[in-house]
Amino acid sequence: MFGMVKKNNCITWLSGPVLLIVFFSLACENQKKPTGEDIPESISYNLHIRPILSENCFACHGPDANKREAGLRLDREQDAFAALKEAPDRRAISPGKPHQSEVYARIMTADETERMPPPSSNLSLSNHQVQLIKSWIRQGAEYEPHWAFVPPEKATLPEVEAADWVQNEIDHFALSAMEGKGLQPNKRAEKQSLVRRIYFDLTGLPPSQEVLNRIEKEEIPLNALIDTLFATPAYGEKMAVSWMDVARYADSHGYQDDYYRTQWPWRDWVIHAFNQNMPYDQFITWQLAGDLLPDPTKEQILATGFNRNHKITEESGAIDEEYRVMYAVDRTNTLGKAMLGITLECAQCHDHKYDPISQEEYFQVFAFFNSVAEKGIEEASPGFSKKSPAKLPLMEITEGETRDILQFINMPDSARRVQTLLANMSKGTNYNSLLAEANVLKVSVMGDLDSGRTTFILDRGAYDAPTEPVEEGAPTAILDFPDHLPKNRLGLAQWLFDPNHPLTARVYVNRVWQEIFGIGLVDTPGDFGMQGSLPINQALLDWLAVDFMENGWDIQYLLKKILMSASYQQSAAVTPEKIEIDPDNRYLSRFPRQRLKAEEIRDLVLASSGLLNREIGGPSVKPYQPEGLWEAATSGRGNLAAYQQDTGKYLYRRGLYTFIKRTVPPPQMILFDASNRDACEVERVKTSTPLQALAMMNDPFVLEASRVLAEKLLAEKSSLPESIHSAFYRIVGRPPDDKEIAVLTATHTDFIEVYNKDQDRAAQVLAVGEYPANDSLPVAVKAALMQVISLIYNLEETNTKS
Amino acid sequence: MEKELLKHGLHVNRRHFLSSMSIGLGSVALGSLLIPDLFRSTKDGVVDEAALGVPHFAPKAKRVIYLFQNGAPSQLESFDFKPKLREMWGEELPESIRQGQRLTGMTASQSSFPLVGSIYDFQQYGEARAWVSELFPHTAKIVDDICIVKSMHTESINHDPALTFFQTGAQQGNRPSMGSWLSYGLGSENQNLPAFTVLLSKGKGNGQGVYSKLWSNGFLPATHQGVQFSNGEDPVLFLNNPDGMRKEERRKMLDQLALLNEHSFQKVGDPEIQTRVAQYEMAYRMQTAVPEATDLSKEPDRIFDMYGEDSRKPGTFAANCLLARKLSESGVRFVQLYHQGWDQHGNLPSEMASQARDVDQASAALVKDLKQRGLLEETLVIWGGEFGRTNYSQGKLTRDNYGRDHHPRCFSIWMAGGGIKPGMVYGATDELGYNITTNPVHVHDFQATVLHQLGLDHEKLIYRHLGRKFRLTDVSGKVIRDILT
Repeated sequence: MFGMVKKNNCITWLSGPVLLIVFFSLACENQKKPTGEDIPESISYNLHIRPILSENCFACHGPDANKREAGLRLDREQDAFAALKEAPDRRAISPGKPHQSEVYARIMTADETERMPPPSSNLSLSNHQVQLIKSWIRQGAEYEPHWAFVPPEKATLPEVEAADWVQNEIDHFALSAMEGKGLQPNKRAEKQSLVRRIYFDLTGLPPSQEVLNRIEKEEIPLNALIDTLFATPAYGEKMAVSWMDVARYADSHGYQDDYYRTQWPWRDWVIHAFNQNMPYDQFITWQLAGDLLPDPTKEQILATGFNRNHKITEESGAIDEEYRVMYAVDRTNTLGKAMLGITLECAQCHDHKYDPISQEEYFQVFAFFNSVAEKGIEEASPGFSKKSPAKLPLMEITEGETRDILQFINMPDSARRVQTLLANMSKGTNYNSLLAEANVLKVSVMGDLDSGRTTFILDRGAYDAPTEPVEEGAPTAILDFPDHLPKNRLGLAQWLFDPNHPLTARVYVNRVWQEIFGIGLVDTPGDFGMQGSLPINQALLDWLAVDFMENGWDIQYLLKKILMSASYQQSAAVTPEKIEIDPDNRYLSRFPRQRLKAEEIRDLVLASSGLLNREIGGPSVKPYQPEGLWEAATSGRGNLAAYQQDTGKYLYRRGLYTFIKRTVPPPQMILFDASNRDACEVERVKTSTPLQALAMMNDPFVLEASRVLAEKLLAEKSSLPESIHSAFYRIVGRPPDDKEIAVLTATHTDFIEVYNKDQDRAAQVLAVGEYPANDSLPVAVKAALMQVISLIYNLEETNTKS
Repeated sequence: MEKELLKHGLHVNRRHFLSSMSIGLGSVALGSLLIPDLFRSTKDGVVDEAALGVPHFAPKAKRVIYLFQNGAPSQLESFDFKPKLREMWGEELPESIRQGQRLTGMTASQSSFPLVGSIYDFQQYGEARAWVSELFPHTAKIVDDICIVKSMHTESINHDPALTFFQTGAQQGNRPSMGSWLSYGLGSENQNLPAFTVLLSKGKGNGQGVYSKLWSNGFLPATHQGVQFSNGEDPVLFLNNPDGMRKEERRKMLDQLALLNEHSFQKVGDPEIQTRVAQYEMAYRMQTAVPEATDLSKEPDRIFDMYGEDSRKPGTFAANCLLARKLSESGVRFVQLYHQGWDQHGNLPSEMASQARDVDQASAALVKDLKQRGLLEETLVIWGGEFGRTNYSQGKLTRDNYGRDHHPRCFSIWMAGGGIKPGMVYGATDELGYNITTNPVHVHDFQATVLHQLGLDHEKLIYRHLGRKFRLTDVSGKVIRDILT
């Protein structure tokens, strides 16, 4: 449509004052808000123009060859500058001459049949956007390659004014950007809050009472503290939490009847790998292609469980090929989102509308994952076990191996294995076949068919519409797939870690940044493409990405670099002025306060009350959960039809180990924005709902922790102020001030008055949780202190990393 | 909203309040459990101000009650009467009809596909002379209030993806449910109740389970998640104070909590702290509002009689219908019911009868009850499953027993109220009930129509996520104008 030029086009009559008037009226029509934005002196394609074109033009005039209108392509210079197919005397863009550029004519015209984008698209350009395009064309319409497809380089460290604030390279970049915005950084955070912050970032746990006491007395160098925390097993657990989201890890197969799956040994491996500080390139290579390494070890094969974590159907009527294709699609999309930061999935059904990725290239990547020796639905094939906790290809793990080459696997005893596998299932065919499997631990892993499998482009992405055959390959716009690499998953991994790969390091560095600061330098961590956000500080992102690669993809090195920066160590205090200039704190002139993650809230409550079971790994556990949730949703079939709550020590495991049944994920986790593990997720949207407040006030596990901590403090025979002080300190990570003591004491007074009069109610309040009660203490005193502690757990500061 | 917050003496989270003002708060819908934080911008999940501006046109309906018949009830024993199937009983499904269409993994290997007609009789009712089977005597009496669509079709052939497709517009999950879209688009009419609630029940027939992804907010903020109401002591998770704790004690505790949080705000200055205080106040209000909205004890006997004896038993479909009316009356935008047990691969005659007994009276009563309260006009009621069932028998066919496999190519649903033409039968299938002959309605058309009745243009209700715009109807769907008043 764009090329349909009419003779009497607007440019001939839009000139001088008329132009201004039309412009103004156009602006009124299109503008929902005044922009107040100036047109910069020098216009950058990447910064200013591409986002406009991508949003408004590329869907019809971009990479998708099938949907391209009038044969016009605006995402590439050579096409945009060429003679128009439908009007060879004109060009879409004439560099330097907006008034001779059809693009400009079409976005300016008042004629609705001519206007671009067409009104039917529900898209429109603002006055400011039109002006930018005009000025850009006037300045020569210089195209730039998409920033994220150009390999990162280390820029020279920028000069800064407040040089004495700077602690390392990060601060040069951060401070320079801040100063450019008229912002000044905060001072260093108080020792206690800084230590608490570091604890959460490296272990996901609050500092213990002993640590808090120590830092009060002596100066602990942060450098050394960081090293100490790297060496604790909790570090691997903390790092595993977000990797579980990326890897869509769960404890059930995910469809319909949703049976139990034993994929947890793979999760134990992830914790182990982080604790070994396995370099990122190796970490990913093993997960993508451990089975293809020369003489792979069992550990390397176990790592490939990553790509078997997706949902697998067990629905009787399922069509085998439909689901088999779906699994390969899931792996392809996961590679895109998790490692490339590209929305590959948009090219499954057609060429990508925004990024230069063709449908053919999509299926070239898909081909890497298409030869797995798997079934779409196993039970439809003769001879397959029904409802197996692992699906072919799989590996078996013996108890001997967990004492030897796979020591990091926390193998439960056989009674526990049977219990987790069969739960409260009733006897029958499925029961018997599962019982037969209880002796061996099975994990789904990757393994290709000897014969391979030819991959076809699937028309509209549909499993039953194969067209042309394709071979393994990668999108050339990102980086050519070199001839010398094997055309298998190992080659794919090598391609990812090619030193010239523009995305791999940036994407991971960005996510680590996001873990710590809440928002990535690119705030669309799964989309570094045309439609993604531009980095807020590209020089910093690129410097970190290159530095990460130069230092052997060392994750702890990267973390330490960030944690040792002044940017990280500054206080979180907020001023109205800073909110005015930078409401979302993208320039980091303060440490961003962030609500703790679902898992961290649980861990904080358990750790500070002394209930936390520090066991690492093993089958996931079922802590308290409101009654009837699984039962209401189930068909009644399967080993997860009813929730069989664990008891004893299993009730107090870290949030990472909470059992995830995909069709009914744990409510405490979901309420606090955890992923339901349906698919790869690279960020958690943070929301604030009253349901969260209800959970913190009334969830039995918080109430039990409050009771247990109250009993513990009372047993120490400390005075009331001492008890309040100690509880607050453990939970909030700093001593309470006078005002806080006063309010909490008043709370205590209120409740002790109530409970002294009504011991029965005190007993009722105390009757929560399975942890044995200390009956030697007076109930009223216990219950009143419990209420005070419960209040402390509900403080905003308690559940905030600041 | 400003008033709402000021009423509670709270400082609005100024930064976000102002930033949301700048995109025209008046026109942008408020989330069900609104906290100003919802409008946090700059993310890829930002409210698209150009697109929202809702409602897009005058709504006919304000609320939806969706009676989802989970498992896929047979259209051939409910609303799509096919005498020809009785004539051809036991004969092979002609290839001229099937035309190589795919079958599920359950019957693909069946050597024969014997046609089977309904064992149950049909009669015509109402001015539209609509056929209804004897299994649905109460529904038969309200045919002049409902519109039966006999030409629904869908894309998936199995429960999980088909159900997910109906509820979220995509087979794979991870997309917002229809109720979440409405919550996002229209917000709640009641600040103290969620805009989107879910009620579950089970029949005795072969069931297929439900999955929380069906009421998931997908990539929309979690404020738009469907909130499951259970029939237990806590209608909403963690709603009740612990045993032994009284309301006035909770109030006092919250006052002290607010004091401490305010104290922290004075030191740190982060407006998020005040958002948290508001969050706790809303939770406190919910503790009163939810029990009120779910209390059926004050309903008169004649109402229970209308919905049937089951309506006195919490957790039944009938009780859920009554509860749905109450929630809807209280301003809950979207009440989603699921009733399990409609998957009749075998023993269809007995199972279907039992399922119909569970739902027939209460479904009809809900329509009548809304009508007598003058609420039917503004409430859209929907009844139906995720696909239809085959015209041939799955498994052994005998004179009095048979089963039917999944059939996505045609099935029947009904809708009532909310600007849908009453007393209408729309669409038709061939004489063997295998293919649609007139007015096919795709699931996306159905979704577009539901949104339309609520004043939302399905092409404009979009949300930006991962670099592209998403909508409930993906890239297709057209409003079925023929069935609108």
